[in-house]
Amino acid sequence: MYAEGRLTGTIHTCIGQEACAVGVVTPLLDDDIIVSNHRCHGHYLARYMDIKGLVAEIMGLDSGICGGIGGSQHLYRENFYSNGIQGGMVPAALGMVLAESKKRKDSISVAFIGDGTLGQGIVYESMNIASLWSVPILFVIENNLYAQSTPISLNLAGSIADRPKSFGIEARSCGNDLEDIYATAASMTEYVRNERKPACMIINTYRLAAHSKGDDTRDFDELKHWKGNDPMLAVRTSLGPLADDLEIECRHFVDREIEGIDGSQGNHGRNSG
Amino acid sequence: MLGEDILDPYGGAFKVTKGMSSRWPERVLTTPISEAAFTGIAAGMALRGARPVIEIMFGDFITLAFDQIANHITKFSMMYNGGVECPVVIRAPMGGGRGYGPTHSQSLEKHFIGIPGLNVAPISRFHDLDSFYSHFILKESRPTLIIENKKMYGQEYIGTVTEHRIFNVDLKGGPIPSVLLTPVSTGKADVCLISYSGGGDIAIDAAEELLMEHEIHTSVLILGSLSPLPLTVLEEAITDVSQVVVVEEGSRVSGIGAEIAAALMEQCFHKLRAPIQRITSGDGIIPCAADKEARFLPGPKSVIDQVLRMPGVS
Repeated sequence: MYAEGRLTGTIHTCIGQEACAVGVVTPLLDDDIIVSNHRCHGHYLARYMDIKGLVAEIMGLDSGICGGIGGSQHLYRENFYSNGIQGGMVPAALGMVLAESKKRKDSISVAFIGDGTLGQGIVYESMNIASLWSVPILFVIENNLYAQSTPISLNLAGSIADRPKSFGIEARSCGNDLEDIYATAASMTEYVRNERKPACMIINTYRLAAHSKGDDTRDFDELKHWKGNDPMLAVRTSLGPLADDLEIECRHFVDREIEGIDGSQGNHGRNSG
Repeated sequence: MLGEDILDPYGGAFKVTKGMSSRWPERVLTTPISEAAFTGIAAGMALRGARPVIEIMFGDFITLAFDQIANHITKFSMMYNGGVECPVVIRAPMGGGRGYGPTHSQSLEKHFIGIPGLNVAPISRFHDLDSFYSHFILKESRPTLIIENKKMYGQEYIGTVTEHRIFNVDLKGGPIPSVLLTPVSTGKADVCLISYSGGGDIAIDAAEELLMEHEIHTSVLILGSLSPLPLTVLEEAITDVSQVVVVEEGSRVSGIGAEIAAALMEQCFHKLRAPIQRITSGDGIIPCAADKEARFLPGPKSVIDQVLRMPGVS
């Protein structure tokens, strides 16, 4: 669609990290608050299944969820907020759930960040306050091993898990497998909800597509290795013979959602899904 | 309310919040030294319907929260296509004159007047405190940066009056009015000094001396808003004067005076009889030593000298 000139600007896909979104969002309740980042499509779709609103937003259409003004990385709907500044939404997630806690006692916040965002001081300011004030927030660190083009070896010292732990925040890690992520998220969200305390889950994942549109400088063999560990493959395997039918159904669903989205003719969804 | 050291018995570095945490312990939160995070927390609270007020202990520290103000608080409503409001109120004590030196004395408001969606409102000793604060805290849908000049904390509060020293006092415009002081003797002026917050005191001292010592009738406009600028009020204040001088404590380039001068030129160029002049601090940092600081910051004398230098005046 970029080649056709129907999309402009930039985009950060979550291909390879879909399981993070689905696994973390699934156990959440309707009133829970999510803040996300530049790589927010998966989180948003897992929350609202609103393909039409998201695609229209990315295409800059008035019918997009933010009228085409926000675009790919500045999304808002009900309890979902994303912004394109690394770590900048983390304190907002604290503030939102603190305000909500005055109205109801069971909602929690979830803040998605990445390993690259761990370079931002505001993350640690927020962890300190979250622990100090017992804020019911789940920090989700999607560690995809890269901050844009910079590998984690040039970006991060020490241990990721030790960071939340040093603030007295419960932390657990999991792999890139959907069931593993879901099980971890379910138990950690339950902990945050019941104990009214922060927690942190670290998902060891990998981004299979470029950081944004086509700026990939990673080693081919490394990519090949991770493509073999694509969480979507694991989902397919676990579904057995149902997988093909489900995929066809999903593609039809997407096609229906975006058919005629910008008033022009043609099947936009042929290559999506 | 959130901020550093704002709980009783301390009550804030300048004692502005004294008594509040005793009266509303649940609603006054003392924070770690984390301006970025507590500004962001206030943003989140405001997004969910709360009306948070934050105190930046010294206005200089607001740079630590700049990203939250420029990329978050002021952007949410517009980038989410009007779906949310984020009416955070940020109080920032600005200004020097107390010997606090380079990082505790600045007037940084000029860096904020160009941020779309942000009200920048300087309070003066002539503004009604209740209506000023309650307007921004309770009624505004946009976020607001309130500029409080530190010197005012130790000064007598004047409030809404009709006369002050040798001036008539009128409130102009709204919802937060600007304050226009005109010499009682003539009711009009040859020179108009435009200022705000603590700069108003410099301008008033200068205007009084210009009349008493030099027989130059000088009015003073103390702005109630720096962003948006009250253009109608500004135009009225400069109508029929031969000289306009903007007095501000901040540095000169891209300052409040520059914006006012450009705005007046666009709005009513035909009414200006001479180039608008600016009185500002020096080009550098604010020294700690009292005598050096006094020479660096603007005072009544620098305003008077500027007015007397102008052609066609005196």
